[in-house]
This record gives sequence, structure tokens and C-alpha cells, in this order.
Amino acid sequence: MSPDTPHLDPIFGRLTLDAIPFQEPILLGTFAVVVLLGIVVVGVVAYFNAWGYLWREWITSVDHKKIGIMYIILAIVMLVRGLADAVMMRLQQAMAFNGADGYLPAHHYDQIFTAHGTIMIFFVATPLIVGVMNFVVPLQIGARDVAFPFLNNIGFWLTTMAAMLVNLSLFVGEFSQAGWVGEPPLSGLADLPGVGVDYYLWALQISGVATIIGGINLLATIMRMRAPGMTFMRMSIFTWSSLCVNALIVLSFPFLTIAVSLLTLDRLIGTHFFTLDAGGNPMAYVNLVWVWGHPEVYILVLPALGLYSEFVATFCSKRLFGYNSMVVALVSICVIGFIVWVHHFFTMGSGASVNAFFGIATACVAIPTGVKVYNWLFTMYRGRIRFEVPMMWTISFMFVFLLGGLTGVLNSIPAADYVLHNGMMVVAHFHNVAIGAITFAMLAAIDYWFPKAFGFRLEPFWGKVAVWSWTIGFFVAWMPIYVAGFVGVTRRTRVFDDPSLQPLYIIAAIGTAIILVGVVAFLIQIYVSIVNRKALRDVTGDPWGGRTLEWSIASPAPDYNFAFTPVVHDVDAWADMKARGYKRPTEGFKAIHMPKNTATGIIASILVFIFAFAVIWYMWWVAAISFLLLLGVLIGHTFIYDRSFHIPEDVVTRTENERTRLLAQQG
Amino acid sequence: MKLHHFYALLPLAAILAGCNAVELNPSGDVAVQERDLILYATELMLIVILPVAFLTTLFAWHYRHDNKSARYEPEWHHSTPLEVVVWGIPIIIIAVMSVTTWKTAHTLDPYAPITRLGPDQPVPPGTKPLVIQVVALDWKWLFIYPEQGIATVNEVAAPINQPIEFRLTADRTQNSLNIPAIAGQVYAMPTMETELHAVVNKVGEYRGKSSRFSGTGFSEMHFWFHGLSTEDFGKWVAQVKTAGGTLDTATYQQLQVQSVSEPVHRYGSVDPQLYKLAVDQCVGKPGNLCLSTIRANDFKKGNGLCRPNVSASN
Amino acid sequence: MASTAHTEVKGDNFHVTEEPHHEGHSTVIGFWIFLMQDMLLFCGLFAIFAWLGGHYANGPAPLDDGTGQPLFHLTPVAINTVIMMVSAFTCSMGMVNIRKENVGAALRFFGITALLGLGFLFMQYREAVNMAAVGATIQTSAFLASFFVIIFTHCLHVIAGLVWFVVLAVQINLHGLDDANERRAVCFSMFWNFLDITWVIVFVFVYLMGVLK
Repeated sequence: MSPDTPHLDPIFGRLTLDAIPFQEPILLGTFAVVVLLGIVVVGVVAYFNAWGYLWREWITSVDHKKIGIMYIILAIVMLVRGLADAVMMRLQQAMAFNGADGYLPAHHYDQIFTAHGTIMIFFVATPLIVGVMNFVVPLQIGARDVAFPFLNNIGFWLTTMAAMLVNLSLFVGEFSQAGWVGEPPLSGLADLPGVGVDYYLWALQISGVATIIGGINLLATIMRMRAPGMTFMRMSIFTWSSLCVNALIVLSFPFLTIAVSLLTLDRLIGTHFFTLDAGGNPMAYVNLVWVWGHPEVYILVLPALGLYSEFVATFCSKRLFGYNSMVVALVSICVIGFIVWVHHFFTMGSGASVNAFFGIATACVAIPTGVKVYNWLFTMYRGRIRFEVPMMWTISFMFVFLLGGLTGVLNSIPAADYVLHNGMMVVAHFHNVAIGAITFAMLAAIDYWFPKAFGFRLEPFWGKVAVWSWTIGFFVAWMPIYVAGFVGVTRRTRVFDDPSLQPLYIIAAIGTAIILVGVVAFLIQIYVSIVNRKALRDVTGDPWGGRTLEWSIASPAPDYNFAFTPVVHDVDAWADMKARGYKRPTEGFKAIHMPKNTATGIIASILVFIFAFAVIWYMWWVAAISFLLLLGVLIGHTFIYDRSFHIPEDVVTRTENERTRLLAQQG
Repeated sequence: MKLHHFYALLPLAAILAGCNAVELNPSGDVAVQERDLILYATELMLIVILPVAFLTTLFAWHYRHDNKSARYEPEWHHSTPLEVVVWGIPIIIIAVMSVTTWKTAHTLDPYAPITRLGPDQPVPPGTKPLVIQVVALDWKWLFIYPEQGIATVNEVAAPINQPIEFRLTADRTQNSLNIPAIAGQVYAMPTMETELHAVVNKVGEYRGKSSRFSGTGFSEMHFWFHGLSTEDFGKWVAQVKTAGGTLDTATYQQLQVQSVSEPVHRYGSVDPQLYKLAVDQCVGKPGNLCLSTIRANDFKKGNGLCRPNVSASN
Repeated sequence: MASTAHTEVKGDNFHVTEEPHHEGHSTVIGFWIFLMQDMLLFCGLFAIFAWLGGHYANGPAPLDDGTGQPLFHLTPVAINTVIMMVSAFTCSMGMVNIRKENVGAALRFFGITALLGLGFLFMQYREAVNMAAVGATIQTSAFLASFFVIIFTHCLHVIAGLVWFVVLAVQINLHGLDDANERRAVCFSMFWNFLDITWVIVFVFVYLMGVLK
């Protein structure tokens, strides 16, 4: 508690009715929509009487595929929220010229850009990559689950609760106004005494812990659970990128934990780590947060690069060019990623040689990245390219990414950074990569593995509309922002004094609308596909002519993934099996040992949520009770010894016979 | 602008025609060099990017699924000469660029005093730079001219072709002093002093602003930088002097109060100790609370692990 | 499973004949990765201490608590270090007995370990109280904040270890030394040894180097 907080209510802490923004029509409207949607969802679930189904099959599930899908659903919901923030910013910036103040006051605008960054990084990009890794990696390495199924479940629910905390801040209190990395002194108690920064810190803390849990889990999974014969150099490139990414997570997220914890201490009990007085130093936070923050950039982009490697090989019907180079490139990006963090603050007065070192180290990332682009190019060379939706995303990505690479290298030069730093050029650059590399990859991944998850393909027409809208929208929205960067516009500016900039921002707003069309097209695509699911049914389990193990099994993948654990002989295991006349076994199935569902994950996560909310509002008694309960639940969980069961032989046989029948029907 | 730069910029130039592209058409030698660096690096990158973009288009078209006449080699996945090229080209490009990166990091170091006024135009020997002390406050800029004994808020002027030495600090939040037309930016941070050396070559009015988000009044934290002839600069100084008013501890404490869109203020005289006190975070406080005193005490009690960096403050 | 992953599998067999049994076989490596990231957490805290550890803000310093007396008293800290070392030994003895399936002796050794842990916590508590008496609390200065945050984080780990011991003892009494409990005992001893190593680093890095002139 801040030492100078006067009369604190013993029950509600600093939570009063004033915390609910009755005076903000935008927020009230949003709240009404959220409540309405909530009622609709609850109504639908109640109508189909699906509570038991949801609880048994999804909420308490430890199945890596279902958890992966839930991560992706969470990400899509939060993507809509993040996009709404983006649209609001674009409108504000298109309006606020010639003395006009726009429609968002600073207090509101600053929360929006902070929330936009925080949500897009922590609750869209991260859940997307974690979700895709969760779904795909065990299938690609021929495993039936991850190493720690319970940790997987609790990791997901913690992430969800952290996201809910951010959403709750919309309607109860406020969100941080200090930017997505929340650097002090601005985020200190002296400048922002409200609950906004506390919401931000607890959301980050919880999602950070969840990410570490997930990272340890997938690392152990990849290290210990590969199918026989799958040496490291026979793993798919996506699995390789997951290995690298999870190593990066485990190596870098502890620093986020520290940065966030110490800032929380500063705000909560009045320590002096990052304050201006009593010996504190805000630069300590800046360094800590970027020691995490730069590897985080690669944590988000490496899985995307791994995904494109999968798509290129599959849709060119050809083995990936330069597998060993790809692996070396991935690992070197990981290593270099740790010695570049100072490039986030060249302008803070480090010496010329320090800046030059970190600048050159940063530019060196372009070498392995360049190698990857060449390798995709030479995979296309002498291939047979099928322009299915994921491949269209890939080609679009290659063009967008070239631009992102160019501007990334420009930003890495310290002397150029003095001009470009904190400008719209930087904003355009990282959106270039965040949209062009990460988002495109994830949308392509959803398209690619959708049949494996649900048993039917996504309808391609609306997928192609999405590809074109996102691609065109990206250029229309971000080229003017690049130009604004060269003109010298600063990021996070709310109102402009230079009227000549307005056309740029109007074009950018139009581009954002085109991207919005892409998002809608994606949602329509899912809807249309569900309606036409019979026609789009994937009977073979291998709709794309895939090369990796997940395509050897039925679509949707059965609970146990593999009726028999596969044995691997080559890099593209499934392509190798097909080439050598593999015959699917149709008898001799045995019972399969699987982990049991657990409710601990969601119960513990809800308690964490209550604890965090109570601490944010200084409701100490609630915090104490929820903490003790949490401890009790977690210890109680360790007393459950019966954590697995067998899928009986006849269930496996029935499931596999059904597949045999469908395949025979197919001819 | 050199001709080859112009070609590289052709597509950009079309878009920029309607805009006031100060970063691409600067009026100060430092900013000109920084612009040339960006253009040079862009051209260097385009050597790789254009062929790759072309090949991507070509391959995507030629090896499309229904072009059965194209060669198809599903097992071809390795070629040592190609691998050498694939690694070699990026390594060479980055190596070439690293040389430039290293050199410019030193020649364009904001801490390095100005040595030239323009290409082939060294600073005449004996020229003393104009010192301007800058304090970023919430949310306004304070400029102090110690030699002239004047101060201004949200307005700054300098004579052309004389090196300028900005010394920067901040009161509470971090800001970044950015006058795109004359030089790149450097942060102004509380408890610390940073430096920015620059020169303006053309008479004119240039926009200045904060480039580091600092809270509510951040967007309105801009000012005009007047590039004046030496003669006009003298007149401007005299004008400020006659404006009267004194910037002392009491006035500074008024400025410390948060305000948005602060109008221009001029002060005819300045407490010469004020800037030092501002860096020391002890305007209006007893001397033992000054950072430099605290740091000196820390140093006396310092342990073997980490001696507090006394030089950081001064 | 992991061993077969690294051996060349020849021929056209695309399926294993004997299904691998995965339960618990990743626990130790997973816990080891967890400890490594925990070590990084401490590294970060040490880095913060290296940075801010000399910022006394006119307040107490390791050699001068404001009254001319030293703030760091090495004798109790040295005793604590010995306690920690001995507890690591008893913990390892417990582990030896676990391996021999000698449950009673194992629990006795773990019990001694936990008692030593309690003693350690008591000494830490006394130190904090003594420091608070001369006005040296976590709020006083950046030096004390970065000092106490290391000490408290370490103490939290010790407390977690104590809770773990109690839970483990109950569980071994309930279920005997089955595979799951043996894995837990292995992880517990890894955790306790990790605490011990961390404390030695704290002792050298924070206390000894703090009082060196």
C-alpha cells in the first residue's frame, strides 16, 4: 500500500463507485456490447445444455490439442479487442489536426495505445504462438501429449485470467498510461498513482508466469518425447523453431518477472528500485525489461519463420532447401537475440562504441534471417507450387517481410536511430513484422491445421479474400506511416500541429478499414466453413499432401493422436512413409495410456485472478483468503495420485475401424 | 541531394511531394549526414532485396502447379555452391554496413563536439560553441543560455553556422529533445545530464518536440527553433533581455507544476546555479539532499562491489 | 524412449512394437529447467544489487549503519552459511536413504534438513529485526531494497522447501515410497541443494563483498 493513502476502506480498499466510468459513453457502450455477447454465449450454451460437455471436454481438458485450440480462441477474441483499440487510435489521429482535439482526451488515448500494445503482444501474439505450438508440436514429434499435461492446462487458464484482468480494467478503474513496456519514472507511483499500472503489472506477471510454465513444458516435451528415430536433425523446422523459442522463453522471461515484481514492490510497499529519490534508478528497469523484451521479439517471430518453412515445403511438394542452414540460422538468431537489447535505447546517452557494438550485433540478425528467405526461395525453385490459402499467405509474407527486414536494418544503425527513434518509422517497422510475419503466419497456420483440429477444411474463397485484404490493407495502412516516420512524426502523439500530415493519417485510417475487412472475411470464412462442413470434410487426414507426422493420422486427430507410436527414418517422416509404400495398420490395437482431466487448473487460476484484483484495489482480506485458498488447492492437487487412465482397446479399435471404413469409401 | 540518392528515392518522393519532409531535407549538417546514412543503407539493402523480390515473383509464377513444363525435382534440397552464396551475400552486405555503422556511431555521436559546418567546411579554429542548457519539465521545455544569461520556455533560437552544445536534463519524466531539421535526438532524463551537439546551416523556423512519451501533455510539448543570422540572434537575445523577469528557484518551482500547452515565456536574467540544481534534483531543497552530495557520501561509504558513479551527474 | 530417439532405426518398421510409458519420465528434466530459470531470476536480482547496491541515499551502508557500527554482522551470517551447508549434507543423506528405499531414515534426515531450515529462517528474521531497529528497512534506500529483495526471495524459497517437506512426509506416510513419491523426493533434494548453492552465492556476493573495503 502506498504510504500516503489516507482513509482506506477496510472492506473495499480503494475500490469505490467512482471506479466505474459512467461518464465515458464509449466505455459504457462497449460494456453493454460485452454484456450482450456474454448473455448470448451463456444462452447458447444453456440452450444446448452444454455445460457438462464444456466442463468435461474443454475446461478441465489436458489434451494438448484442445488447449491449443482454446489458446487460439482466446487470441482471436483479444485480437478483436486490440483491433478496436487500433481503429480508435487511427480515427483520433486522422481527426486531430488544425487545432482539433479529436474525440479522445489524453487520459483515454494513452490508455488505448498502452492497452493495444500490451494486448497484441501478451494476449494475441503470445497465445497464438503458444496455441499453435501446443497443437502441432506433439503431433509432429509423434507424441500423444506433452510432458506435463496439467501444467499445460493451468498455463492456459492463467493466461486467460490475465487477459480478463486487462479487460476488466476497461470497466472497473482504468488501464496503464505508460506504454506497453511501462517504463518508470512515468509508471511510478509518483506519476501514475491510479490502479492502471497495477492492472498492467499483474496482468503481465500472471501471463509471464504462465508463459514460463508453458516454455518449460514444451522444452521437456521436445527433449524427451520424440518418437523413436526422430533425432534432433530429423525434427521439422517448426519443431526446431519451437525448441529455440521455448529455450528463449525460459532464458528471458525471468527478467520480465523481476522487472515487473520490483516495480510492483515500488508501487505497493514503497521501495526505491526505480524511483528518482533514495538511490533508485529507472534505467535499471529499462535494461531489465529490454533484456527480456528483445528476445521476446524473436520468441514471437521465430515460430512464424518455422511455420513458413512448413508451408513452403508442403505446397511446393518438395523437400525444404538447406535444412541444416535453417537450423543453424534459427539457433544463431536465438543467440544473437540476447546481445542486442541496447538498440532500444541508443538515444539514452550510452557511449559511441557501446552503441556501435549493439548496432552491429543487431544488424547481424539480418544474416541468418536473410539465409532463411533465400532457402524458402530455393525451395520454390523446381517445385510444384499449389496456391492454397496458406501458400498465398507465405508469398504475401515474403514481400512484406523484405520491407520489414530493410527497415529493421535501418533502425539498427545508431546514427540513423537518432533520427528514427521513437518515430512512426519504428512503429511502422514493428507492425510490418508483427502483421506481415507473425499475424500472416498464424492465420495461415489456422487455415493449414484446421482440418486436423475439426475434420474439415476451411472454405478457400473467403480465405483468399482475407489474404488480399490483409496484404493490401497492410500497405495502405503502413506505407503512409513509414512516410510519416521520414517526415519526423513521433509515435504516441495524440494531436498534431503540422496540418500537412493529415492526408497520411487519413490514408492510414482507410488501410486499417481494409485490414478490418480481412478480419471480417476470416470470421465469415470460419462461419461459411462450419455451414458447409459436410462438403469440406477431410476424409484422408492428409488434405495438403503433407510431409510431417500429423498428416499420417485421421482428421480430426483422435484423442490419443497415434494408435501406434510411429518410428521415424527421415526428416519429412510422413513424406518418407508415403514414398516407401507405407500401409496403415488396421488391426492389433491396444489400450492407450492417457492423462486424466483436472479441475485444478481453472480453480487455481480463478483464485489467482481474485488475488490480483484484490491486491490492485488494496482489499487485503480478500487477497489473504484467496492466497491461502490457492495454496490449499495447489497442495491438495499433489494428493491426487490417480492422474491417468487407459483408453480401452475397443474404443481405439472402433475409432480406427471408422477411419478404415472412410478411407475405403474414399477409394 | 546527390543524383543516385534521388533515384533510390523516386517512389518515396512521389508520396512525399505533399508533405513537409524535414528528415529528408534537413537544414543542419548533422541531420544531413544522418539522412545520407539512411539513404546509403537503404541502397545497400536494396542490392539484396530487389533481386529476391524479383526471384520470388518469377519462381512463384514459373513453378506454379499447372505449369507442367517447368522442371520439378522434389528431392533436390542441397547445393553447396548455393549455400555459400546464401550465407555469403548477407555476410558481405552486413560486413560492409558494419564498417559504416561503426564509423558513423563515432562521427555522429551526439556527445562529440561539432568539427564541421558542412561538407569540406571545417569549424574555424577558435570558434566556441553556443551552450544551451535544456530542462524537460512536465510538459514544457526550458532553455537556459548561461553565457547570455537569459532563459526561455518552449522557444529556442541559435545563430547559423555556429556549433551548438545542448546540455540536457529533466525534472521528473523522461523526454527526448528532437529538432528533426538540425540533428537527431537525445533523451533528457532526470538525475542525469546528456549532451547533443548540432549546427544549423540555414535561416528558418524549425519544429522541435519531445520524442519520448512522457504523459498527458506530451503531444503538445512542441516548440519553434529559430535559425537566425548572427546579427539577428544578437537582436533576439537583446529582446529577451528587455522582456525582463528572472528565472530563479521560485520561478522554476512554478514551472515544475504540470501544465499542458504552456505558452512561450522569456526571462531576461537567470540564476546561474539553477541548471546545476535542476540536474542535482534539489531546486529549493537543502544541500544535503542534492544528488551530488548524496553520491559523494555514497562514494565515501562505498563497498568493494560497485562504487556509485559520481561522474554520472557531472 | 529418449535413449531410442538417438539411435538409428533401420528398416521399414514404421511403428514401435512396445509402446513407451511416459508418465513421470520428464519430471526431473522439467524440474531441472525450472531451477535453471529460477537461477536466472536470482542472477537478475544480483545484477540489480550490483547496480544499486552502492546507492545508500544518506542511509545505512554495510560498514556504517548511521551510528558508526557496521550494518552487516558477519558472524550470524557465517553461522547461517554453516547451517545451510549442513542442511545440504543432511538432505543428500536423506536422498541416499531414499535410493536405498530406507524410508524411515530418509524422512529423519529430511526432517533434520527442515529443522535446520527453520533455524536459518530464525537467524534471517533476527537480522531483519536488528536492521529495522537502526532504521534499515526495505523502504529506506535502493541499496537496502536490492539487498532485502534477494534475502526475502531466498527466504521464500526456504519456506517453500519447508512446506514441501511437510507435504512430502505426509504423502510418503500415506502412499509409501512409490514411483511418484520417489520422483518428488528427488526434486525436493534438487531444490534444497539449489537453495544451498544460491545462499553461498548470496554470502559471497552480497555480504563478503559488501564489507570488503
